[in-house]
Amino acid sequence: MMEHLLEVNNLEVKFKLRTGELTAIDNVGFTLDKGERLGIVGESGAGKSVTGFSIINLISKPGYISGGEIMFEGKDLTRVSEDVLRHIRGNRISMIFQDPMMTLNPVFTIGEQMAETILAHKNISRKDALEISVEKLRQVHIPSPETRLNQYPHEFSGGMRQRIVIAISLLLDPAIIIADEPTTALDVTIQAEIMELLLELCEKNDTGMILITHDLGVVSQVTEKIAVMYAGRIVEIGSTENIVANPLHPYTKGLIKALPGSRGTGEKLYQIPGSMPNLTEMPKGCAFHPRCELAEGECFSKVPELIQRGNFRRLAACHKF
Amino acid sequence: MFAFITRRIIQAVVVMLIISFIGFTIKHHVGDPVRELVGVSVKASEREALREKLGLNDPFFVQYKNFLKNAVRGDFGISYFFKKPAAQVILEKAPATLELVFASSILIIILSIPLGTYCAIKPKSILSRLIMGMSIVGVSIPVFLTAIMLIFLFSVNLHILPSYGRGETVAVFGGLWDTGFLTIDGLKHLILPVIALSSIMLPLFIRLIRAEMMEVMQTEYIKFAFAKGLSKKRIWFVHAFKNTLLPVITVGGVQLGIMIAYTILTETVFQWQGMGFMFLEAVERSDTSLLVAYLMFVGVLFVGVNTVVDIIYGLINPKVRISGTK
Repeated sequence: MMEHLLEVNNLEVKFKLRTGELTAIDNVGFTLDKGERLGIVGESGAGKSVTGFSIINLISKPGYISGGEIMFEGKDLTRVSEDVLRHIRGNRISMIFQDPMMTLNPVFTIGEQMAETILAHKNISRKDALEISVEKLRQVHIPSPETRLNQYPHEFSGGMRQRIVIAISLLLDPAIIIADEPTTALDVTIQAEIMELLLELCEKNDTGMILITHDLGVVSQVTEKIAVMYAGRIVEIGSTENIVANPLHPYTKGLIKALPGSRGTGEKLYQIPGSMPNLTEMPKGCAFHPRCELAEGECFSKVPELIQRGNFRRLAACHKF
Repeated sequence: MFAFITRRIIQAVVVMLIISFIGFTIKHHVGDPVRELVGVSVKASEREALREKLGLNDPFFVQYKNFLKNAVRGDFGISYFFKKPAAQVILEKAPATLELVFASSILIIILSIPLGTYCAIKPKSILSRLIMGMSIVGVSIPVFLTAIMLIFLFSVNLHILPSYGRGETVAVFGGLWDTGFLTIDGLKHLILPVIALSSIMLPLFIRLIRAEMMEVMQTEYIKFAFAKGLSKKRIWFVHAFKNTLLPVITVGGVQLGIMIAYTILTETVFQWQGMGFMFLEAVERSDTSLLVAYLMFVGVLFVGVNTVVDIIYGLINPKVRISGTK
């Protein structure tokens, strides 16, 4: 059996609070192969971002990885030293953040912020590092990159800045890019443009991507696999095609039903009733049962396992199949 | 840059005009130059003639205009106690105060940056808690009390440091400047006053740097710097530090000016022959010319320091530089 590029097993993330510990991520697992694209979807607070950040162990305090393993290139990233991890960050696995207006340091030039990333991982001259930076800026379609290199972030628009962030994430030709809502903070007109650029560059370089978003529409166009998260757990995972065409979990069904365009013009958009439970007040049994039409019997008492249901070629965590 | 400096100079002139107006109003209402100039035996008619001659019967604004004219040339009248031009007295006393403020500023800068940064990076360590606790104590004790306690401990009990005066000084710059920096005795005399003067500002700066740095460490761009795989050292001392400096420099400029005010207390306790000590004496003797000259001199100093600080700020913050050139 071929080894996966990235394999996350039983990942558990907890937050240490004064009142006790909260489990933010519970039993999350997925795999990613070379050049493969995985979408993690869910509402705000479902644990998508925490999952993404935990891969390179960058969860903000008081959060920490309390269990599971993250296998990448033969190493378990939950157990390696800080130094090994540092050389993976930005180098083998890079990230793109949500808001490009906040991601770049306002007091350093673009060139400085790009070159330092290369110099942190490669033993080359500054001049060579700047040359690579120019090349990458060209790849993300920044006009006259040589002069742009000496400018500060505030001299760029939001879309331009996100292009620069993408260029930074590609500087060292990583194996995986984790993109955390990369288009959410941008104008709608630019969103598609940036997404297309990201897709194009990942395909060209055979880079794996984990796309974290609440937009099922975007995910279905870009990724090959989807993991749907709800309240810190994956509730359904499988190929994009299968899930979009035939969702199993009632929550996934709700998400797809809620997409604009799934109903006729002039009709009100569908909405899943209720809202996601707070981590401090998790319902017993299946976390989705208070919002689920099908809930009955063991839904109220037993947490459903994420296993293959029936003859469908995917995993779902629901008792009703 | 040119537009930026021009704007600063215009601002400085406006500020100086306001200070001079306040200074002149004080002089106009508090002192009577004629009484200071002549004896008791002089007749009222002669006094009136003198008033006319000195222009003291002119309207307020005419007198203010004359005062400004003289002030621009550095003429603030004669200090009646020292029997010398007030400006000259100030210039003689200034080196002592400026050296005190300079030495304290250096002490504050070299201590507050590493301590504040450390407290921000390791907020939960015992040393950080100790520094933060001490800084509360430092801010809470008034300067004159700190000064007296220092004298009690190091001069009276331990006999290791002198308790008053500047000690041995050396004239430099052709006799224009008396410095205490060049002799061992002079430096020994500096130690206690410098500690006393720094005792309020140092804790303030440590706390300021710590608070600003902790805020910067929470930002997205610092998180992104970690995601880029930069070393902790680079993130702390380059990325976070430069952003921390911006607000610290702004506050720092103002605080430096305020420190000149604190010299009045420090110099009085240590009998330090500087402007602050002189100012208090001038108040007691209602030596108005000297008071106004002091006011103007400190005003110029304050405006000057703040202009320099703004220029440094502009050099660090790219956004200011751009708006300055446009």
